[in-house]
Amino acid sequence: MIIPTVPPSCYLVLGAILFTIGVIGALTRRNAIVVFMCIELMLNAVNVSFITLSRFLNSPHGVMFVFFVMAVAAAEAAVGLAIFVQLYRTRETINVDEINLMKW
Amino acid sequence: MGITVPQINFSIIAPELIISAFALVVLLLGVFFPRTGKNDYLGYVSLVGIVVAFLYTFPIMGKSQYAFNNMIVADGFGVFFKVIFLIIAFLTVLISIGYARRVDIDFGEYYALIMFATLGMMLMAAGTSLITIFLGLETMSIAIYVLAGLMRGDRKSIESALKYFLLGAFATGFLLYGMALIYGSTGTIILEEIAAYIKSKPELLRSPMIIMGIALLTIGFGFKVATVPFHMWTPDVYEGAPTSITAFMATGVKAAGFAGFIRVFFSALGAFQPDWIAIMWLLAVATMTVGNVVAIAQTNIKRMLAYSSIAHAGYILVAFVAGNELGTASILFYLLVYAFMNIGAFTVVILLGKRGEENVLISDYAGIGFKYPLLGASMTIFMLSMAGIPPLGGFMGKFYIFSAAVKAEYYWLAVIGVLNSAISVYYYLRVTVFMYFREPEREITGLTFSPASVVAVIISVWGVLYMGIFPSDILALAQRSITGLL
Amino acid sequence: MLDYVWLVPLFPAVGFIINGLIGKRIDRRLVGWIGCSAIGLSFFFSILLFFELIQLPPASRHHEFEIFEWVVSGDFRTVIGYQVDPLSILMALVVSGVSFFIHIYSIGYMHGDPGYPRYFTYLNLFVFMMLNLVLANNFLLMFVGWEGVGLCSYLLIGFWFERDSASNAGKKAFVVNRVGDFGFLLGIFLIFTNLGTLDFTEVFHKAPSLDVTLATTIAILLFIGAAGKSAQLPLYVWLPDAMEGPTPVSSLIHAATMVTAGVYMIARCNVLYSMAPIALTIVAVIGVATAIYAASIGLTQNDIKRVLAYSTISQLGYMFLGVGVGAYGAGMFHLMTHAFFKGLLFLGAGSVMHAMSGELDMRKMGGLRRKIPITFWTFVPATLAIAGIPGFSGFFSKDEILWQAYSSSHGHFLLWAVGVIAAGMTSFYMFRLLFMTFFGQCRAPEEVKKHIHESPKVMTVPLGVLSVLSIIGGYVGIPHIFGGGFNKIGEFLAPVVGGHGEVAKGHAVFSFEKVAHAAEGGGATATAHGLQSASMEMILMAISVIVALIGILMAYVFYIKRPNLPGIVAEKGKTLYTVLINKYFVDEIYEFCFVDSLKSLGIALWKGFDDLVIDGAVNGVGHLTVGLSGVLRKIQTGFVQSYAFFMIIGGVIVVGYYMIRAIFY
Repeated sequence: MIIPTVPPSCYLVLGAILFTIGVIGALTRRNAIVVFMCIELMLNAVNVSFITLSRFLNSPHGVMFVFFVMAVAAAEAAVGLAIFVQLYRTRETINVDEINLMKW
Repeated sequence: MGITVPQINFSIIAPELIISAFALVVLLLGVFFPRTGKNDYLGYVSLVGIVVAFLYTFPIMGKSQYAFNNMIVADGFGVFFKVIFLIIAFLTVLISIGYARRVDIDFGEYYALIMFATLGMMLMAAGTSLITIFLGLETMSIAIYVLAGLMRGDRKSIESALKYFLLGAFATGFLLYGMALIYGSTGTIILEEIAAYIKSKPELLRSPMIIMGIALLTIGFGFKVATVPFHMWTPDVYEGAPTSITAFMATGVKAAGFAGFIRVFFSALGAFQPDWIAIMWLLAVATMTVGNVVAIAQTNIKRMLAYSSIAHAGYILVAFVAGNELGTASILFYLLVYAFMNIGAFTVVILLGKRGEENVLISDYAGIGFKYPLLGASMTIFMLSMAGIPPLGGFMGKFYIFSAAVKAEYYWLAVIGVLNSAISVYYYLRVTVFMYFREPEREITGLTFSPASVVAVIISVWGVLYMGIFPSDILALAQRSITGLL
Repeated sequence: MLDYVWLVPLFPAVGFIINGLIGKRIDRRLVGWIGCSAIGLSFFFSILLFFELIQLPPASRHHEFEIFEWVVSGDFRTVIGYQVDPLSILMALVVSGVSFFIHIYSIGYMHGDPGYPRYFTYLNLFVFMMLNLVLANNFLLMFVGWEGVGLCSYLLIGFWFERDSASNAGKKAFVVNRVGDFGFLLGIFLIFTNLGTLDFTEVFHKAPSLDVTLATTIAILLFIGAAGKSAQLPLYVWLPDAMEGPTPVSSLIHAATMVTAGVYMIARCNVLYSMAPIALTIVAVIGVATAIYAASIGLTQNDIKRVLAYSTISQLGYMFLGVGVGAYGAGMFHLMTHAFFKGLLFLGAGSVMHAMSGELDMRKMGGLRRKIPITFWTFVPATLAIAGIPGFSGFFSKDEILWQAYSSSHGHFLLWAVGVIAAGMTSFYMFRLLFMTFFGQCRAPEEVKKHIHESPKVMTVPLGVLSVLSIIGGYVGIPHIFGGGFNKIGEFLAPVVGGHGEVAKGHAVFSFEKVAHAAEGGGATATAHGLQSASMEMILMAISVIVALIGILMAYVFYIKRPNLPGIVAEKGKTLYTVLINKYFVDEIYEFCFVDSLKSLGIALWKGFDDLVIDGAVNGVGHLTVGLSGVLRKIQTGFVQSYAFFMIIGGVIVVGYYMIRAIFY
């Protein structure tokens, strides 16, 4: 077995960077689907961290957690896409910066 | 690393199982026996399910049993919250019968999703590991995303679903990251083991990683209970969602959020209390103040109640900061009485609407007090209770919360809290003023009162009055429920 | 028998329920009958309890009756119960008695009003709440009553809610009262956290263990509550506006009973106040300041009810002066006599309005003496009483307060002097009112003139009864100098509030008395002491009577002899007159400082915060992250993202705080 030469902290930093990219994307993109994808990116960044930690700590909990997160993300995607479809039907747009019927 | 077979004890999660089973039944009934415009029977089936689940909370009352590898527990705290959730679900279904038909969302899914959301809430309160709490939270949230947008043709409803969904998922990211960091620092996801590990390693108290985790958890839970500055979604979502679901969210989701919040912060992260106390103090003050002050300027009653619900989250945070036994017990007490008064108020909002005309502006309430005296009186009771006027339940709740703060020597917090509740009188009373002291600009006619909703109003009035006049039993129960938590 | 104290508040509650539920469906006469008999029964039982009580030896005149345990959990235990002792029974008698007559009067006054059943419902609820307030044996039930009377006051001020001014006045009263309640509630919290109980007996038993600072804080907080309810500086602003309500309501709630709750509360907590001299001084100073302040406004007002309202504020100031110098009994005595004569004055004003087709402006009255003689002849004793003319009730009680203000150990010459000047003003504006209304030529328009008629019997009989009380009510508290042992009310209240009369004398701190004390010895001291202070009391009394007479004389000169004089004087002292007639512009100042700024804060947060700050911030981030491409674009940033952005800002603060703490502590 090849001993990994990349220290685990690198994976954690990778997770943090991915998470930040996700946050910035979610804040700046216009298309609701892209925003949602950015949020998914955040979740996956967390998954990377979980797997790293799980391996590093030699405990199975983290990997377990990842499976659940993936399942939840899938469910969220299903619901989210349904909402976007309905949104498109009623408003003919899915740009989040055009959705401000309710404010103040 | 051997695999141990977890001890399985279904009786611990009997209420959850029953709720799930009934939810599936309702879902299937809705699919195979749909009756256009006559789907109220699904609501009654749901009510039966909720009552049965409620009955099954009795066997697990007063015990403290773990099951499923310490992932879930049946303790006083969890059971008390389960009772709150089931009461909320019961009232929500009651007010939905009739209303759901009016706004054309009375499919099987509607009732099933309410029950699934309730299931999620119960898991959150009973969960003792980060996974169960996370799953409970997501089960609840995903169901609510759908419910908020269920009025498919209504642009506001869809918009509220979109906002809740995007921001909810966004907040989940933070919550999850926080859980990951805590898991990384302690090597476990079981709350008690986390606490034990922190106790065995005092140097962890200064570890940036775990503290970062706590900060991210604060954001995640702060979003669910709608504390400032994570509250921005609340008014929009509450305004756009179907009113029955707004009531459900304002009470159930908030209570569940607090259940998870308290469980994680007190049983796992109690050692960090000195760290989180100041930030919670700040959040409590900001939440109360922004909620109350902004509520003053509202013209839509659903929006006003949304800001009011933010303010109430602030009051509860005051007790959270106090952190003593009375404080935690008063949170349970407050959430229960809040469920009664808030659902009651939303029920009145529902009853004053009719198909195609929801009458949700406060100015629509002009003259209602004399036209529908009992409805007006009930609304007055709910408003006064929320404002904290004795002898109503809301007053006792606030009394306990602020006494807890004074007891824990957070005098300023108590002062700010009392000042805030003085501000809140202004906008609660405004509703009463409109109901009794203003001439209606246009007549509201042709209202039909669904009997189920009327029952919900009666139950809510009873609850508010009972908890105001005989609060001691319930407070004593709440105090018993939290033993072993702190 | 004393165990039946719960019957006293029960009857009004029953009346409230019956009239509230079926009042609209039954005959009007029955509604009035139910309302009055409920209060009448309650009055009757108060009298029975009173006679029961005075048969007991003074030391054991205390009885508690527990109804149920309200809140019991851990160390917190509150038993809901009533207590009968001289203080509470006196209040119960005054409340139920005066209410009874005002209820009867209301039958005539509200006759023909569409809200007749609603009126009696609220009025009965008010009496129920007020009786709870005065009979409670713990702070919590007292607070319930306290809030309850506030609610009823709000409902009744806004009774004619079609008028915007009425519903606004109601709101104002409620909100200002909440400011006071805030202090009261904090005081209760402090008592509970430090003594672990809210029961009166236990609190006052344990109170001496408190340190002085804490006792002072509690006393001041409670006084804030009292100042709100009893319309003292600076929280008095709601009371003049409260005159928007029906006149019997002004009489009952805003003159005779509710507004005196603050005085009662302080008398009830006398143990706490006696421990805190600073708090007492604050009470006395605020009291006397209010007395002269409100009296000076009263000099110029032309609205008959407003004059009476400012007069009420001023008289309440006297009561606070009394309790503030430690003479709790004197304060309570004035509370009682004031309930009689001020209740009567308002009812008389109501009768005048009734005659004048609702006119309130005194400039349009005059010469009513012959047209409504019964009202006039009942009005006169009340005016004499409030002006402090010897022989009438107000003289005894006001003089007792002034004497105590001078002589008690907490008193001071200045308190007395300001009090006397205010008394002079009082007699001036009261006689101004009397002369403008009942003497001279009738200045009313012709069509009003034709309708002037005496009120029906149902209104004049209560006037007669109260006028008798206004005359004789003072004889229960005859000053010592007219012979010892006649100060019945002082003796009666002594077990609860301390024998102030005797105590004050013992404590009197005049240098010449001390000299006398040093020079002579034994029994001679007491005599000299007594004689000295007796002659002093005589002199002071004479001064205050003379001042009152001067006030009357001036009113006579101004409004009967030379009716053009007021205009000349107003012209000469124009600035002062403008300030006074505009009530020192306090309403405007409050409006500007508190109401407007709070409202604009709400709007600012709503529009400014959500719109400007968040959008602005998001736009800013748009500049940073999207870069140049976004700069010139018309940025219509979606709200979802502005919310998310706000969450991030909050998140950064939260995370930043935690991290800084983790690294630096």
